[in-house]
Amino acid sequence: MDIKNTTLSALRKALDENRISAAELCKECFKAIEKDEDRIGAFITLTEEEAAKSAEKAQKRIDEGKADFLTGIPLAIKDNICTDGIKTTCASKMLESFVPPYNAHVMEKLNEQDFVIIGKTNMDEFAMGGATQTSYFKRTHNPIDTDCVPGGSSGGSAAAVAAGFVPAALGSDTGGSIRQPASFCGVTGLKPTYGRVSRYGLVAFGSSLDQIGPIANSVKDCGEILNVIAGHDTRDATSADLSETDFNRNADKPVSGLKIAIPKEFYGEAVDDEVKTAVMNAAKELEKQGAVLVSCEMPSLKYGIPAYYLIACAEAASNLSRYDGIKYGLRGEGKSYREMILDSRNKGFGDEVKRRILLGNYALSSGYFDAYYRKACALRQEIIAEYNAIFEKADVILTPTAPSVAYKIGSQDNDPVKMYMADILTVPVNIAGLPALSLPCGKDKNGMPIGMSITGKRFDEVTVLQAGSAFEKIN
Amino acid sequence: MKLYPTIGLEIHAELLTKSKVFCTCSAEFGGEPNSRCCPVCSGLPGTLPVLNKKAVEYIVKAGYVLNCDISRFTKWDRKNYFYPDLPKAYQISQMPRPVCLGGYVDIVSEGVPKRIRINRIHLEEDAGKLVHEDSTRQTLADYNRCGIPLIEIVTEPDFHSAADVTAFVEKIRLLLQYAGVCDGKMEQGSLRCDVNISLAEKDAKELGTRAEIKNINSVRAIGRAIEYEIYRQTELIEGGEKVVQETRRYTDSTGETVAMRSKEDAQDYRYFPDPDIPPIVFTEEELEEIRRDIPEMPESRRERYINEYGIAPNETESILNNKAVCFFFEEAVKHYNNPKNIASFILVELMRRINTGEADMDTLPFEPKDLARLVEIMDSDKINKSFGKNILIKMLESGKAPDTICDEENLWIKEDLGQAEAVIDKILADNPGPVEQYRNGETKVFGFLMGQANRQLKGVAAPNVIKGILEKKLGGE
Repeated sequence: MDIKNTTLSALRKALDENRISAAELCKECFKAIEKDEDRIGAFITLTEEEAAKSAEKAQKRIDEGKADFLTGIPLAIKDNICTDGIKTTCASKMLESFVPPYNAHVMEKLNEQDFVIIGKTNMDEFAMGGATQTSYFKRTHNPIDTDCVPGGSSGGSAAAVAAGFVPAALGSDTGGSIRQPASFCGVTGLKPTYGRVSRYGLVAFGSSLDQIGPIANSVKDCGEILNVIAGHDTRDATSADLSETDFNRNADKPVSGLKIAIPKEFYGEAVDDEVKTAVMNAAKELEKQGAVLVSCEMPSLKYGIPAYYLIACAEAASNLSRYDGIKYGLRGEGKSYREMILDSRNKGFGDEVKRRILLGNYALSSGYFDAYYRKACALRQEIIAEYNAIFEKADVILTPTAPSVAYKIGSQDNDPVKMYMADILTVPVNIAGLPALSLPCGKDKNGMPIGMSITGKRFDEVTVLQAGSAFEKIN
Repeated sequence: MKLYPTIGLEIHAELLTKSKVFCTCSAEFGGEPNSRCCPVCSGLPGTLPVLNKKAVEYIVKAGYVLNCDISRFTKWDRKNYFYPDLPKAYQISQMPRPVCLGGYVDIVSEGVPKRIRINRIHLEEDAGKLVHEDSTRQTLADYNRCGIPLIEIVTEPDFHSAADVTAFVEKIRLLLQYAGVCDGKMEQGSLRCDVNISLAEKDAKELGTRAEIKNINSVRAIGRAIEYEIYRQTELIEGGEKVVQETRRYTDSTGETVAMRSKEDAQDYRYFPDPDIPPIVFTEEELEEIRRDIPEMPESRRERYINEYGIAPNETESILNNKAVCFFFEEAVKHYNNPKNIASFILVELMRRINTGEADMDTLPFEPKDLARLVEIMDSDKINKSFGKNILIKMLESGKAPDTICDEENLWIKEDLGQAEAVIDKILADNPGPVEQYRNGETKVFGFLMGQANRQLKGVAAPNVIKGILEKKLGGE
């Protein structure tokens, strides 16, 4: 059985009908990994032992007719999500040997269903980057063209799905880290509303922006995984206390009358023409299905990048201060605490992480706080207000996910600002805490996938998935 | 040139919540090193703080008893700095929006009433403890204290002497104890005090350069540290030198303060709002509910003790100055309505044993009702009053009820008049001299005879009965 492009519901059916066992399915994953992982570099850790155990447990449950949707389904987990007893490195030398003594909330939810963990995926170090090139361990390559980046920071998860290593994976999204790699690798990724999925056990980058979400082969698969991982968690004070039944409940409903906003700033000069054309064609397809296109504006989009990088880096600088080598992680040397902490952090962090810590601390320093951090928070309110205005006229917003398709590995290594600017279309969603889905909407002349994003109102993943699913059917 | 000290305080009080402020670990004092911590309070990657509602309730109570305004909107900030006792490398605290603003405490300092204004009170988390081992030249970190809820009370610079400060600290400790929010044990570090002190001429427009003194862990030490600092700064200024703005550490063994770090080393804490903890918006109903839950404060108890109970003012103060004694006393009064006698028995007999360390108010082996019963028995002539003290000692030893002890020790007065008369007859026969003196009008010898009788008739007859018989026999013949 080829896992590539196979949906979770197809696998569920195959498992339930005993056409394949959980153990066999798991073996298929490792077979594919063995064949291609050297070229792709999607994983930091492979968990064959744990997978075999879970598969056995899952099979028992399937045989008893007690399977849940994810029972026996193999998934990969981004390596910044804590897994009890399994190394969680954040792709950093700092946490090279860190084994959490607890599971993230999402891991507990997945384990309740007896899913099968295949491994921990590569990422940009501490999720800082947009190409999965800043990992301490390895670069990840795009399975569509291995000379290209897979996007990031959840590049390992997106590549693992695109390469057919796993049918789906979990990623995390602080400024586009699920959507952009999904777009680059030609798969589907969902960033849920901030507060929809508990952050407990997700190693923090930008705490007011971070959110865990799925990367999969279909829109509905994303909805199915969200069904499992969403929900209130008392250990995360920002997790929303809402009861939600089925995020896919409108996925098969027609989109006639659905109002889709097209904010012109998202189709500006910075965006490649081929990308714009593909997304506008998708808009027209949806219009043919009865959706109504609404033109609108987001004048503050140009402030998205500075606001995002100031807020994210300020939070990151504080969040990453705990890595001092005293309690866990890389322990440096020195004659005093100060020397030891300096040495731990100097050796443990890579350049991009250091750059953002410096930027964040600068933005919070006395004398600069008002000019940077406070101003960024004001811009954040402005962007939220502009989203609210758009959502008074529309149900969802359609934009390109990224300004370009996947680029060549190494081509942007020395230009951090250019790399930051590539996040311009994804960061506003995190700034406003909204749900957004990226799904494939075509290919460029070289065959590289193009992704489009559907952004919804807060806690309205249902409509986002409805619009995405409608497009997926006709594409 | 007369130099005049101006002093302000920062008081840290650990709250008496059962669990820590951002996780469910026990907030109790002590414990084996690192036995009371979890992934959250030891700052493991991916963990998140969740605010303990009880801690918020306690700081609101503290705010009310210190006459503060409670902010309807309050939020938490991160104070960033590296130190091995701070696992997250930031302390969750409150900067621009503390729970309590304003407020005051009235004190009496060396007989003069004064009002000390409070600037603010905020809620934050305590850090861990570092233990330096000289033998191995290692430093060990104990994170048990990490995350214990702490309130920081910042006063205005309204103090001008060591006496002002010690009176205030005693008062604030008492108020926090009565409110049930802090045990006030300075020796365990649950109440800590940093002192900011500067000297200037009395009517100078500007205050002098201040020094901050840390590491003071008793009220007595606070007084000594301030006295020393006034002396040190006076010497400097009068010697034509300048006071340096710096943080100084007080050492109790020498009674001196030494420089720790200067203002130039001051850190930039890079405060910013903690994204993990949503702000709190109080409703009037919530605040009213918390306020209703605050126990009666010493002021109104004082009035009741003096006016209703008729207890002497100095005895009243002695009871009120110890919350445990006060609560014990009031509970005892519920069981035997003679507050005056209960008060004096507690203050004389029980406190004597507490003060010598024979007993501890927190671990008394008997209930207030048992003490009430003992005073009731003593008042009733059913035992000889002078036995009370010994019964109390037995109660402290065994935890037995006073009635049980009287039964077992055969202490009940039997009211055997025949035996009493025989014993008194013998005493009179054995002491012809005093009897003669008494009959000649030297009535003061009655006391001697009465003492003899009492001693020999303990448990046989009540003193007033003995007195009656004695008077009859001496006068009748």
